[in-house]
Amino acid sequence: MSLALDALTFLAVSAGAFFFLAGTVGLLRFPDALSRLHALTKADNLGLGLIVLGLLFQVQWPFAALKLISVWLLTLLAGATVTQLIARTARPGGPPE
Amino acid sequence: MADFLLAAAGFVLATVAMGLVRILRGPGDDDRIMAAQLLGTGGIAALLLLAQTMRVPAAVDVALILALLAAFVSVAFVKGFTRPGADGA
Repeated sequence: MSLALDALTFLAVSAGAFFFLAGTVGLLRFPDALSRLHALTKADNLGLGLIVLGLLFQVQWPFAALKLISVWLLTLLAGATVTQLIARTARPGGPPE
Repeated sequence: MADFLLAAAGFVLATVAMGLVRILRGPGDDDRIMAAQLLGTGGIAALLLLAQTMRVPAAVDVALILALLAAFVSVAFVKGFTRPGADGA
C-alpha cells in the first residue's frame, strides 16, 4: 500500500516538476508577452496542482491534506485574477481606456 | 521518498531561477512581473515539498503567505501601471 502511494507521489511530483520546466522554457522562449503569459499560467495551475496532488498521498487526512488543497486553491484564484490583470497591461494597444 | 521530494524541490527552484533571466532581458515591465509571479508559484511548490521532506509543517503556512503576497505584488503592479481614471482596473 505504502509502495503504491509512493509511486503515485513519484508520478505526480515528476509531472508537476515537468510543467514548471515547461513554464520556464515558455517564459524564456515565447516571442510576445501574451504567449509568455499563457506559458506562465500552465506552471501556476497545473505544475503546482500536480505537486500538491503528489504530496496529498504522503500527508495525514484530513487537516494537513485540506491545507495543501487550500494553498492550491488560493494560488489558482490569485493566478487567474492576476493573469487577467497583467494581460490588460500587456495588450498591444495598452490597457483599455 | 524524502530524497526524491528534496530533489524535486531543488529542481523546481532551479527552473524558476532560470526563469529570472526574463527579468534581466525584459523587454517590458509586464514580462518582468511575470517572472516574479513564476518565482512566487515555484517558491510555493518548493516550500510545500520541503515541508514534507523536512517534517516542518509550519512551512505550509509560509507557502500560504507567499501565495498571498505574490498575488498582491501583481495587483500593486497593475494598479501602479494603469493611469488613475482608467476604468478602475
